[in-house]
Amino acid sequence: MTGWLLRRWLSRARTRGALLVLVPIVVVAVLAPLLPLDATSQDLRATFTPPGGESASGRTYLLGTDELGRDLTARIVHGTRSSLIVGAAALAIALLVGTTLGLLAGYFGGLMDAVVTGLTETLMTLPFILLAIAVIAAVGASPTVLVLTLGLTGWVSFAKLVRAKTFELRGEEFVLAAQALGVSSFGAMVRHVLPNVAPLLIVDGTLQFGALILAEAGLSFLGLGVPPPTPTLGGILAGGQLYVAVAWWISALPGAVLLAMVVSFNVLGDTLRDALAPGR
Amino acid sequence: MTSYLVRRAVLSGVVLFALTVLTFSMVNLSGDPVRLLLPPDASQEEVDRFRTRLGLDDPLLVRYVRFASQAVRLDFGESIQLRDPALALVVERLPATLTLAGWAVLVAVLLGVPLGVVTAMRRDSAWDTVITSLALLGQSAPIFWVGVMSILVFAVELRWLPSSGIGTAAHLVLPVGTLALFLLGGLVRVTRTAMLDVLDLAYVRTATAKGVRRGGVVWRHAFRNALIPVVTQVGLQMRFVLGGSVITETIFAYPGLGRLLVTAVYARDYPLVVAGVFVVALLLIVVNTLVDVSYAWLNPKVSLA
Repeated sequence: MTGWLLRRWLSRARTRGALLVLVPIVVVAVLAPLLPLDATSQDLRATFTPPGGESASGRTYLLGTDELGRDLTARIVHGTRSSLIVGAAALAIALLVGTTLGLLAGYFGGLMDAVVTGLTETLMTLPFILLAIAVIAAVGASPTVLVLTLGLTGWVSFAKLVRAKTFELRGEEFVLAAQALGVSSFGAMVRHVLPNVAPLLIVDGTLQFGALILAEAGLSFLGLGVPPPTPTLGGILAGGQLYVAVAWWISALPGAVLLAMVVSFNVLGDTLRDALAPGR
Repeated sequence: MTSYLVRRAVLSGVVLFALTVLTFSMVNLSGDPVRLLLPPDASQEEVDRFRTRLGLDDPLLVRYVRFASQAVRLDFGESIQLRDPALALVVERLPATLTLAGWAVLVAVLLGVPLGVVTAMRRDSAWDTVITSLALLGQSAPIFWVGVMSILVFAVELRWLPSSGIGTAAHLVLPVGTLALFLLGGLVRVTRTAMLDVLDLAYVRTATAKGVRRGGVVWRHAFRNALIPVVTQVGLQMRFVLGGSVITETIFAYPGLGRLLVTAVYARDYPLVVAGVFVVALLLIVVNTLVDVSYAWLNPKVSLA
């Protein structure tokens, strides 16, 4: 992105608002292992301490504790960290698979296009959660399975985007000229088509990232995500559901952090689209 | 129209075929089912006998053909856990899920579409800002968080509504509201964009110029054409509605298909999982076909052939 585009994007109040929410969350999550946050130690004299309250063991907890007296601040920070890591890894896989398949389908057409379209149609017919349920029923829950499931089902919108744009660009003069000059198909796709698709991918990737961390949290909520004792936002929330009448904060706070992140990514996606495609 | 339906049926067949391959390979990836089903101290002889009975000695291809030919006849075998035909168990739970999903879609459409039209007509007004912001919030809110928070507020604190179970209309309010919220947010946004696109077009300006009242322009001329992206959105979101009902049913202990499937996964009850995935996929294919057919009805220029 060129400088003036970046400046125009940053000049929007909505962009700044979203970044103001997102940047602190991401920075704390990235630095989590360096911070004095213990997410797994139990303290049975400190169970159900409300946010800001002091436990019987004489310690103050900013965001309270859960039913085992674990520090909710630490659990939410580490949970956010796993959400972001899983989301980023899944997004990388989805982008790679989607872009590759979209380029191949759009550039070569024919059988290649038919296969990719068939695959995307199949995936679009299935609710993601059911697909994940089927996969996880078969191979068990683990971080790797989770990332692969999210990544290998999340590429559809990228493939559709890239395919349509590649199809459109294939006949453009600059691509034809490159081919006439002896650039290979691969070179033409990567060097001449891909840069023109990149802005669309950035917008859609930002929106998809929000959807991916929501999907991750949903699976963790159902007990199909990263297995305990690793804290996840969905897992903390599910654990708190039992105690919602006595300790609302266990469920409310991780969900609020998740909501703040997803809203911010959606706003950033929207403002990026506006900045890259003026007039709408 | 006929050729369209034929093409659609062929495509659906391909999708379902791909699905059998997918589910078959996943069930077979999951390791040896014999070890899961027999007690750990079973003798080698017992293991072998069981294996032959389940037909696990045959080559993979033979097993796939057997699985697929049974699946085509809608025979998914017996639930390991409940000992009943898997498909019957799934179909038995279907009405509850369809009730939940149907009401959620109805509520979301009846609220979301008018709100979207209003925001488009009052573009950049305070109403527009408030409603679109709330819509974004609704669309971004984790469905399980909304569910648990609605239990906290309406069942625990206010004691207005039951938090779980089934039976009266009151039992439906929280699950339907939870499931509708996500769909509602998206619908407001899509309707708003679609209306803004259409209100700019020449024929709408012509109608205004020839003296059609504002209300007539909006509802008779613009709205009908703006409906196409809205219907597309509802169709696309159906898979999220059915996916979301899995989570909603779990939160509210609602005895539908989704909850059945989640418990089937915990119990490693593969026939039940496969039958459930299959039925939902079939349902979505039907819905998507209806969405496509409705385009032709909404816009005579669209040809299905």
